[in-house]
Amino acid sequence: MAFSSGFSPHPKISYANAAPTGTASEAEYVEIAVVERVDPQTLATELDAALPPGLDVVEVVEVRSSDFADRLQASRWRIELPDVTVEQADEAMRALWSADSVEVQRRTKSGMRAIDVRAALLAGEVGRQTRPSQGSEANPGYAILQVVVRQVTPTVRPDDILAALRSVAGLSPAVPPQVTREAQGPLGADGVTIGDPLEQDRENRADEAASAGA
Amino acid sequence: MTTTTNQVAPESVFAQLEQVLPLVGKPIQYVGGEVNSVIKEWAGTSVRWVLMYPDAYEVGAPNQGVQILYEVINGVEDALAERTYAVWPDLEALMRERGIPQFTVDAHRPVRAFDVLGLSFATELGYTNMLTALDLAGIPLHAGDRTDDDPLVIAGGHAAFNPEPIADFIDAAVLGDGEQAALTITDLIRQFKAEGEPGGRPELLLRLAQSGVAYVPSRYDVEYLPDGRIRRVVPNHADIPWRVAKHTVMDLDDWDYPRAPLVPLAETVHERMSVEIFRGCTRGCRFCQAGMITRPVRERSKAGIESMVERGLSVTGFEEVGLLSLSSADHSEIAPLTTSLADCYTDSQVSLSLPSTRVDAFNVDLANELSRNGRRSGLTFAPEGGSERLRRVINKQVSEEDLIRTVTTAYAAGWRQVKLYFMCGLPTETDEDVLQIARMAAEVIRVGREVSGRRDIRCTVSIGGFVPKPHTPFQWAAQLDHETTDARLALLRDAIRANREYGKAIGLRYHDGKPGIVEGLLSRGDRRVGAVIEQAWRDGARFDGWSEHFDYDLWMTAADRALVDTGVDVDWFTTREREHVEVLPWDHLDSGLDREWLWEDWQDAREEVEVEDCRWTPCFDCGVCDQMGTHIQIAPVTIAPATIGVRE
Repeated sequence: MAFSSGFSPHPKISYANAAPTGTASEAEYVEIAVVERVDPQTLATELDAALPPGLDVVEVVEVRSSDFADRLQASRWRIELPDVTVEQADEAMRALWSADSVEVQRRTKSGMRAIDVRAALLAGEVGRQTRPSQGSEANPGYAILQVVVRQVTPTVRPDDILAALRSVAGLSPAVPPQVTREAQGPLGADGVTIGDPLEQDRENRADEAASAGA
Repeated sequence: MTTTTNQVAPESVFAQLEQVLPLVGKPIQYVGGEVNSVIKEWAGTSVRWVLMYPDAYEVGAPNQGVQILYEVINGVEDALAERTYAVWPDLEALMRERGIPQFTVDAHRPVRAFDVLGLSFATELGYTNMLTALDLAGIPLHAGDRTDDDPLVIAGGHAAFNPEPIADFIDAAVLGDGEQAALTITDLIRQFKAEGEPGGRPELLLRLAQSGVAYVPSRYDVEYLPDGRIRRVVPNHADIPWRVAKHTVMDLDDWDYPRAPLVPLAETVHERMSVEIFRGCTRGCRFCQAGMITRPVRERSKAGIESMVERGLSVTGFEEVGLLSLSSADHSEIAPLTTSLADCYTDSQVSLSLPSTRVDAFNVDLANELSRNGRRSGLTFAPEGGSERLRRVINKQVSEEDLIRTVTTAYAAGWRQVKLYFMCGLPTETDEDVLQIARMAAEVIRVGREVSGRRDIRCTVSIGGFVPKPHTPFQWAAQLDHETTDARLALLRDAIRANREYGKAIGLRYHDGKPGIVEGLLSRGDRRVGAVIEQAWRDGARFDGWSEHFDYDLWMTAADRALVDTGVDVDWFTTREREHVEVLPWDHLDSGLDREWLWEDWQDAREEVEVEDCRWTPCFDCGVCDQMGTHIQIAPVTIAPATIGVRE
């Protein structure tokens, strides 16, 4: 692993756009600089063995450009709201869409900052999660939001989206929402679809392998 | 206690906990999952321990005692150990609201489901956190109210050498080294269960008491004199020892724990791996409880230390190794050891640290060796007392000349900052003794500027109130009241500020005297202090070691209420000097130190007579080796330290 120079060297690791505390994620990207060529698959296996259960290394890809963080243009979040009905969530989401801008306040290192959630919002759908039915009771299930958010500075987090829904529609779940990041990457031509941020590196590697074989 | 037939694992509380984690500060401290943590199957084990360090995770997780016992117990095939820490008040409130019990961070099992709750008390200020944990666990606070379904609550650590203030709340206390004792207790419980638990909890406690492995407070009665002093402490059952002795592990190379140190996911106070290079200290500083109760000195061999460092680094990935002990520069092979470790790790990212506070040039040489490539920022020394006279009283054998020579060496070697540790309120201390600190610090800056030719050097004076502790020569001494402590600290501050030439280069850090009074009450208290702890806890006392949580007035109000009919008060326990003949609350607990030797050392202190370190000089008959059948273990110094200074 590569280390920074100076009196107290630090490992060169960068956590691009890390998910906030308390959220789950299936799409986190970490850049690790190494001092010698290593086999990505071996590195993946060894890292996975050292990490606690639940933190799984899905894939290691060799990247040679320094623009990786810029490729993370948007995130898709899944927000489960166990005590919110689909109808309530629908109404709140519609109110958010119809606003021109919805600012929420967040405490940052440099004090309170206003963040425009609406401006960063690219897509927002409400789905229904059904519960295992209990007896004869009607079971309407609960709401799941799927939102796509553009990467801006400061980052609009799931918390901010919930704060925005509270501000436009009074939506305030008592049960803490369960939040999962499902994807991160470059935005597709439609402005909603999220692509694979490692695609170009995978192609480069494939090309190299092909030319090496020829 | 859970019966042997009950092999059904208690349900994890994690699902409930996860619901509230987004609502609390630093939730990662509660999730476990550390590298090298161990989760054993519930079924298939017969003796199950929870180990608790009764402070926040960030303080408790690096604790060596807990990490050692965690491995020792988990190394027994049919035993398991998990860990729990104090939860912060934000989580405590949510746990109460939602009925979530105190849980382990390993498998998130409820604490009450285990057989033993072992608490490690490095300081008395964790007592209220124990009560919170018991209460959250659903374990009755008072040992006498517990049933066969409750774990045994066993205290260990340095504070357990006077467990009388928590006698109401614990079932037993283990004195001294815990490794072998934990195994003995495990065996005893296994046997008891295998027999079908005849006689239930009382019988198990009786067996613990009779075996001598632990002190069981409920099996001893305390009688008082009309004036409030203790008349005597008597076993209330046959075959129970009148005095309970401490445990001493001999040959540290046989106990090379922790082998796989925990690597916390959350940030902690010590972001490093620790290797204990020796246990015990024979310097004989009279204020130091740790030095007195951990005798004799037992060194780990150089080879043993090197293999622990190597193995530990390979299984953890830590980048710093601390060579721990009470006075690390005193290890008889320290020079060759630091040289060989420095040689070994110079080209890696691993740094070594020696948390030692010895005041001599040899110490600076070691520090230079350990910082071959690094920045020479600060060195710490602990003269403890401000004047030559006071240092003779406390037997800290350092002259001002030693100190000045040491800091001169340090500044000349490129170190920019020197930190000096002192105490305020030492026996016989006067204002003048404390004011000497200001003069000494100014002298440090003067010579520092001279030898380094620079003006940006600094000296930081760190000073805290002295608290007399059991099993030390100062156990009879009067503690200084907090008003006088604060007044002396103010005098010192003013004296430093008044020095126009050097004052700006001297920093002063100090703690006010009030927390020391509560610590003093808990340190030298007897069973009557238990009611004070419980009252303070009921009034909201938590995390008393944290200045932002500590509330002096709350404690004093609680003490007034709880001690109302006893004829004794906080002053009686703290600022009162004891007589030779007074029965002290811990006299029936045997640290190996001969009471008469301690008393003579107390008289020597007042007469300013010093006592040498028995590691290098003949025995002074403190009693420990004779009483405990132990002896000093040091390695022969066979390699002359070539590259660094030779000890004078």
